[in-house]
Amino acid sequence: MEYVFSLEFIYLIASVTYILGLKMLGHPETARKGNLIAAAGMTLAIFGTIFLHQGEVSNTIYILIAAAIIIGTIIGWMVAKKVGMTKMPELVSIFNGMGGASAALIGLIEFHHYVGDQLSILTIIAGMIIGSVSFSGSMIAWAKLNGTLNKPIRLPKYNILNNLFLIGILGFGAYIVISGLDSTMFLYILFFAALAYGVLFVLPIGGADMPVVISLLNSFTGLAAAFGGFLYGNMVMLTGGILVGSAGTILTLAMCKAMNRPLSNVIFGAFGEGSAAVAGEGNKVQGNIKEASPSDVAILMNYSNKVIIVPGYGLAVAQAQHIIHELEQLLISKGIDVKYAIHPVAGRMPGHMNVLLAETNVDYDKLVEMEDINPEFKSTDVVFVVGANDVVNPAAHNDPASPIYGMPILDVENAKHIIVNKRSMKPGYAGIENELFYNQKTSMLFGDAKQALTKLVAELKNM
Amino acid sequence: MTEFIDFISNNLQMIYIVILMIFVGVEIIGHVPAVLHTPLMSGANAIHGVVIIGAILVMLGAEPDNILALSLGFVAVLLGTLNVVGGFVVTDRMLEMFKKKK
Repeated sequence: MEYVFSLEFIYLIASVTYILGLKMLGHPETARKGNLIAAAGMTLAIFGTIFLHQGEVSNTIYILIAAAIIIGTIIGWMVAKKVGMTKMPELVSIFNGMGGASAALIGLIEFHHYVGDQLSILTIIAGMIIGSVSFSGSMIAWAKLNGTLNKPIRLPKYNILNNLFLIGILGFGAYIVISGLDSTMFLYILFFAALAYGVLFVLPIGGADMPVVISLLNSFTGLAAAFGGFLYGNMVMLTGGILVGSAGTILTLAMCKAMNRPLSNVIFGAFGEGSAAVAGEGNKVQGNIKEASPSDVAILMNYSNKVIIVPGYGLAVAQAQHIIHELEQLLISKGIDVKYAIHPVAGRMPGHMNVLLAETNVDYDKLVEMEDINPEFKSTDVVFVVGANDVVNPAAHNDPASPIYGMPILDVENAKHIIVNKRSMKPGYAGIENELFYNQKTSMLFGDAKQALTKLVAELKNM
Repeated sequence: MTEFIDFISNNLQMIYIVILMIFVGVEIIGHVPAVLHTPLMSGANAIHGVVIIGAILVMLGAEPDNILALSLGFVAVLLGTLNVVGGFVVTDRMLEMFKKKK
């Protein structure tokens, strides 16, 4: 009895650490500590489960568990430490998939032990379906972010077929639960069907929407873990799972809100089709583009009082984070006020740009969020847009036909001069023209971000 | 209908937890600056690695001669560990960079 009490007690502590950890993750000062607290709680729960287990367990099983944990720890640790910061979203996606797969496997093994107990079978089947979808979906999301699969694949009537397939899976799952059959074959058919659905679910969604998908799958895995908790009456799995499920859902919605698109729009992908239609209708922006050389830009910046840098994913792709930091330091040494304007969806995940810039030692206070920086553009001499496009597209304000209409953007137009660094005139992720480039105040600095910035810094140093 | 009521009363404690946790999750995320969304997603990702507890319970309850269950369980524990360890380490790496500089 004492043992049971202490294991329950450990689970209680662990549950509190998850809540506390997530709470602390929400504030820059406490975030790191919060993560460590949650990790400590997790470690406690894992060791508690192993060492306070009651009943006879053979040594072989203990050795197997220890081996799995040691191997997993070494691989997980090494991968997490080695992978570059630009690859962060891919990594989160993979780890999410691992959790989903783990939940699905639990379902596969436990099914036979609970045949006849309808409620338990229901939780097992539900956990297995969600876990499988989360696993295969995460793998596809990873491949998309990685560039292995970069085009949205879409067959005619795709959504209808997909939804029918989902209904089929749910119906089949319900049949297994209600019939109470102990059929290994049915179980595996359901397992593979759920895996296939995960693939079909993510495949038609465009690469730029992957962060939203990963966040959604993240909350799915939380749900799958919670079903496991329900099955075993295990409180720590239940609290952890539900907490992530609900927090993940809110996070997903927050991301959608930042892009001003309903979740259904992301999943059922009106975006790809919509923007193609708009482009065809002749949403043509005409006008002249002004091109600037690095020395023009250097002169302009040298004689300004205030410069705001708008970084986008193009900056990260070109690995130009370090050189932009050098530019910032150089300008500051000349007595110029420099800030970074961070759009909520800059980069590949919300906050991704902050992580990338923080890596190069950019001062946290220099990274200013959209709401706070927008009023400042009026008093800014030069806005320098590097590798960003859609987040500064005025069409979001003034073109109701545009697919990004209504999305909050950075009001760079209010500044006195706008410099845009881009490789070419190709449209951004959303595939829409940007009239900002044709604005009279705009000058284009063409070229790879890293090379262009290196030249710019060299020019500035000579002044 | 009686089954439904039985279900509710038999699992009352868990139902309380589910409902309360949903609200806790919503409240926690409600006030987070966009800057921290990525680390937060990554941290939440690590926390659902708690599924590893289930995988361990499967292993502890498996018959020592059931090779299939043992090998699937082994893989489940391994993947769960990857989720937990990888998730927390990556989150820590991201947050390490947010250190305030004097």
